[in-house]
Amino acid sequence: MSILAQQSAATGELRSRLNLLTLAAGAVAALVAPFVIYPVFLMNVLCFALFASAFNLLIGFVGLLSFGHAAFFGAAAYVTAHAAKVWGLPTELAILTGALAAAALGLIVGFLAIRRQGIYFSMITLALAQMFYFICLEVPFTHGEDGIQGVPRGTFLGFVNLDNNLAFYFVVLAIVAAGHFAIWRIVHSPFGNILKAIRDNEPRAISLGYNSDSYKLRAFVLSAGLAGLAGGTNAIVFQLATLTGVQWQSSGEVILMTLLGGIGTLAGPPIGAAITIGLQTYLAAVDFPVTVLIGLIFVVCVLLFRRGVAGEILAYMRKRG
Amino acid sequence: MFCIPYVKCLPLVALYGQLLLGLINGSFYALLSLGLAVIFGMLRVINFAHGALYMLGAFVSWWLSITLGIPYWGALIFAPLAVGLVAVLIEKSMLHQMYRLDPLYGLLLTFGITQVIEGTFRYYYGASGQPYPPPPALSGPLNLGFMILPIYRAWVVVISILACLATWLLIERTRIGAYLRAATENPVLVQTFGINVPLMMTLTYAFGAALAGFAGVLAAPIYQVSPLMGTNLIIIVFAVVVAGGMGSILGAIVTGYILGLLEGLTKVFYPEASNIVIFVVMAIVLLLRPAGLFGRAA
Amino acid sequence: MPIDGALLEIEDLNAWYGESHVLHGISFDLREGETLSLIGRNGAGKTTTLRAILGIVRNRKGTIRFRGEDLTAVPLHAIARRGIGYVPEERGIFASLTVAENLVLPPVVKGGGMSEEEIYRLFPNLAERRSSQGTKLSGGEQQMLAIARILRTGADVILLDEPTEGLAPVIVERIGEVMGMLKARGMTIVLVEQNFHFARKLADRYVVVEHGRGVDYFAASELDAKMAGLAEQLGV
Repeated sequence: MSILAQQSAATGELRSRLNLLTLAAGAVAALVAPFVIYPVFLMNVLCFALFASAFNLLIGFVGLLSFGHAAFFGAAAYVTAHAAKVWGLPTELAILTGALAAAALGLIVGFLAIRRQGIYFSMITLALAQMFYFICLEVPFTHGEDGIQGVPRGTFLGFVNLDNNLAFYFVVLAIVAAGHFAIWRIVHSPFGNILKAIRDNEPRAISLGYNSDSYKLRAFVLSAGLAGLAGGTNAIVFQLATLTGVQWQSSGEVILMTLLGGIGTLAGPPIGAAITIGLQTYLAAVDFPVTVLIGLIFVVCVLLFRRGVAGEILAYMRKRG
Repeated sequence: MFCIPYVKCLPLVALYGQLLLGLINGSFYALLSLGLAVIFGMLRVINFAHGALYMLGAFVSWWLSITLGIPYWGALIFAPLAVGLVAVLIEKSMLHQMYRLDPLYGLLLTFGITQVIEGTFRYYYGASGQPYPPPPALSGPLNLGFMILPIYRAWVVVISILACLATWLLIERTRIGAYLRAATENPVLVQTFGINVPLMMTLTYAFGAALAGFAGVLAAPIYQVSPLMGTNLIIIVFAVVVAGGMGSILGAIVTGYILGLLEGLTKVFYPEASNIVIFVVMAIVLLLRPAGLFGRAA
Repeated sequence: MPIDGALLEIEDLNAWYGESHVLHGISFDLREGETLSLIGRNGAGKTTTLRAILGIVRNRKGTIRFRGEDLTAVPLHAIARRGIGYVPEERGIFASLTVAENLVLPPVVKGGGMSEEEIYRLFPNLAERRSSQGTKLSGGEQQMLAIARILRTGADVILLDEPTEGLAPVIVERIGEVMGMLKARGMTIVLVEQNFHFARKLADRYVVVEHGRGVDYFAASELDAKMAGLAEQLGV
């Protein structure tokens, strides 16, 4: 049984109408926002939106709860930072290298994790991500507690100067939009339909002749690679890659973003990312422990609000017809 | 001297010391994975909060000592009770709603609860630890001739093994244990016999939590009492549980001790890998025997 | 057709599994000390009727009155305490318990139950294998165990679901003897049974169940007259 049996009942037509609406609203907001709000904050939100959407590709459309997705985000951040700073790769190639490294890591983690199902899958991903954290702590190229600092932003495709925040914002917007487009294509492809069939009833999918392990692994690698795309971009934005990115707390945060926004919806994860990052930024200024608040939101979401913001809106619109 | 050819030579005393440390870590892994397995068997919930409850056990001991002057021996009884009580509140107010949902929600809920508990403690007590001395009767070293054994550490190993055995006997050899085993297999039928399964679930969660709290009391004099002491531990215990398989009570205990010892040995011969050795073992087990060392294939 | 002073009254009972409506207003009464047999085709709702009485199927509407008390509001685990024992179709022997543990698992709910010794005397096979794993028993022995464990509890009403299903004739006969003995002891029995030859030796009255309703009610004495019609109705 999938975690979102109740959500998959949403009618396709309603979804596409809502998606189109959200897309239009999102596009307008994304174009206007950097002139109103600090672009670095927005870039952070965008990166986490992509990260959460990549995570949602697994939980929402294959039914796999990865509790170690920070490893991919963080690994790509390290590799991108290293490639840009030490190897001197152009920014776009550095980010790409980071994403590929994350996908490769995803291949290893995914290969091990899909050997067990359900709750075990989550525990294995968490444990392997923690192992990766300890490796990052030990190996020299990550520079331990200091992290990789002073990563050059460079230029994008050789002509966009990324030291200009506004210009960089639109580059990030393009990367994140491309990432989301890829997810949208995956979800609506024949491959995506098989993933959903596995999510809803794995034994049945197997009996229909699909090698579910191979599909799960491919989805896992895609999700890890996209999470890496987000992580690599984020490292260039902040010119920094640290242990924070690979900590289990970060894996928890991306779960929260997706849960809060709406598991299994395309608009949900970005909404959840915006709310979570916004709250974190706001709370940094007041004296209230962020982890406690994150924990409380988790508890409330799981107990009362399992459909998330986007899921609730969808349910409301369905009721109205 | 003790040598592994081409690897390392070191004094036997150092080896014994690390093996003892491994045995102690193994004791905590065993106590915690045992509780996780018992809870999972009955509730089908992976209790992420297990590490936080362990931390709570240590904090209650410390708090009992500094505010009420209750010594270690009292803490050994009252702290697990207090943690069990907290668990009853968690189960009654929130966790019981998860049973009819996908098990992933139980994991997410207990993850959230963990964040709240640990975040609150970190807010009030910071990341640094509070000292908690061992009781006078268990302080000091014992000279075994071939090594100096701190009495408290020996005590932890012995009492943990006893606690694990007692739990095993309770589950495998008593009437209450038979209820538990039967309810794990078929809760509905057990209810039609007149057994209050919802109450059993609450008590099972409280019992597993109390075991974690008990481990916390034992740990207090060894490690510092700190809000973060359970955080990393719980993830290691997850790896232990995956490697051991959750089907068997004895399996959880044995795997806990074996992996603790292995970690101790790694600290001696290749300290750089000591943090990850348990995860590596988990990965190897997944490759060779996906159901776990003591698990049965689903 | 309500009867005054019935032990168990079922009236207009409806039950649902998720969306699917399985019982459509079945009614019958059970008198103290009698054996009532529910007969009908597969899927007619016989098992669901038992499960609804016990509260295993929670989604139900209608009246279930036991000794004058409404059972629909009683929690699942409290129903056995009223003296109702259940022997499920799948027998429900626990793999993680030994035969002896399986036997003493259901708590004693009333005085007058059989002692362990009496039960082992009645079922010597179980005595021999008391320390084996419950599910290592043969199908027939598991069925004996499923009945035996209810005898210990002192329950005076017993709901039996297809006790002879898939068993060899010798064993069916043995189960028939045991049930005859229970009847002689004054036990009230609801028997769901496909095996007509087995049921007719025990039943005092019959309820024919079809599409989740009671469509015919008759006493054992009327059975011969009904036989031809039933054969067609039940497809036997």
